[in-house]
Amino acid sequence: MIELMFRALVGGLGVAAIAGPLGAFVVWRRMAYFGDTLAHSALLGVALGFLFDVNLNLAIIVLCVGLAAALVTLQKKNIIATDTLLGILAHSSLSLGMVAVSFLDDVRIDLMSYLFGDLLAVSQNDLYWIYGGGIAVLLLLITFWKPLLAMTVNEELAKVEGYPVEATRLLLMLLVALVIAVAMKIVGVLLITSLMIIPAATARKLSNTPVQMASMASIIGCLSVCAGLWVSFQWDTPTGPSVVVCAAVLFLITYSIPAKNRKVP
Amino acid sequence: MSTCLAELSNIGITFGQRKLLSNIDIRLHQGEIVTLIGPNGSGKSTLIRTLLGLQKPSEGQIKRHEHLRIGYMPQKLHIDPTLPLTVKHFLGLVRNVDKKDILPTLKKLGIEALINSQVHVLSGGETQRVLLARALLNKPNLLVLDEPVQGVDVNGQIELYKLIVRIRDELNCGVLMISHDLHLVMAQTDTVVCINQHVCCSGTPQHVKGHPAYQALFGIPGAESLAIYSHHHDHVHDEHGDIKTGQQDTNAHQHTHNCSH
Repeated sequence: MIELMFRALVGGLGVAAIAGPLGAFVVWRRMAYFGDTLAHSALLGVALGFLFDVNLNLAIIVLCVGLAAALVTLQKKNIIATDTLLGILAHSSLSLGMVAVSFLDDVRIDLMSYLFGDLLAVSQNDLYWIYGGGIAVLLLLITFWKPLLAMTVNEELAKVEGYPVEATRLLLMLLVALVIAVAMKIVGVLLITSLMIIPAATARKLSNTPVQMASMASIIGCLSVCAGLWVSFQWDTPTGPSVVVCAAVLFLITYSIPAKNRKVP
Repeated sequence: MSTCLAELSNIGITFGQRKLLSNIDIRLHQGEIVTLIGPNGSGKSTLIRTLLGLQKPSEGQIKRHEHLRIGYMPQKLHIDPTLPLTVKHFLGLVRNVDKKDILPTLKKLGIEALINSQVHVLSGGETQRVLLARALLNKPNLLVLDEPVQGVDVNGQIELYKLIVRIRDELNCGVLMISHDLHLVMAQTDTVVCINQHVCCSGTPQHVKGHPAYQALFGIPGAESLAIYSHHHDHVHDEHGDIKTGQQDTNAHQHTHNCSH
């Protein structure tokens, strides 16, 4: 039991730590719906992973990156508005995932754990994925922090100054896809974006610089994971949703405290 | 003749069926201030975006000097309010910037007090100066300014234009800027190019002001009522008559009712 709890905590903290800075970018660039779309398609990745008997994390990453690339291409064609496009892709890939899962007769998939996460089922192998993927994402984020931020602040200025904007945009999508693949185990496809967005939004009120906000988002995410796990053990509630509820409570508390002498309006 | 920094020849841009720009020829030289003027929707910003490489021309060529470094000042700065950002951090985003240059540049523009302010709380004039600082930190030999005085009151506008001239004198860089109001920039510009989908007329500010193509676009009464800024308003028509021959106004023509634009 202790080991189970420990693994859940270590896994949850790893995911929250990396979801924080990525979540900040998702908030800044208004990519929440984009994140949702990628997350929803992850279920299809799981089904395909079982079908072709490949590593599930790998299948999810490949599918997410593929979908992100498809999205960029479709966006450029300007046929329909981006949010409509995202809506179509998000829900059709989620449905396609569910349909595909139902065809897998010989494998029993706990659909609920993929939709809402199952922190207590985190295995040693999952921890390797979380920390391996997490460290890779963090290193990429630190290395390319300046171009990523320059692009976020103003794409045209960044382009004129010589930043490789297109490549940077792809990198960000890849990073989001990686985090989703890794975080799926913890909070499930339906709740991943919340673990990115809510701590980042909470951090906004507490920070004056981008770096502050990104690291604050990590810390708040970790706090939410600890609190959520405790709640889950205490009252036997589902872990993923408990973590998200705790993150939301932290958000509400932060924003209900009136701002005093703050530079940020 | 000073170094030619960039040369746009025969530039045309078409969006779908709509021809936005055609036959644009402009040369930008070191130490020269060129002002683009034209009504809304005349393609000024599109032309600038083409020069910057943000927009591909449908036809024509752009020759850029091999050492061309552009400092670009966009029309507006929209930064998502969820992104906390101080002026110092905003300027630190310039590629390969030397952080030690930030404060001196802000001092030069008279806004060193803003260094730790959030970019979201700046006034119109302050924002324009911060954007100018960002353009300067890129160490440009060509400044491209898209409506540099937007959101600034008239006194501030004159001051900003003077500042631009001072920067040009100091760096000996070329300047290309967009303006809505010829009369305010007149004293601060060397060459004016009046465009409305094509080059209507170009030359010295005095010449353009007297040109019938310019007057057809902006109206003679308006020109006269604002001509208090000019010392030569009595001689507009004479000047026009004198100058018209021998200038490179091959694209200029009289605007009449059957004109499509």
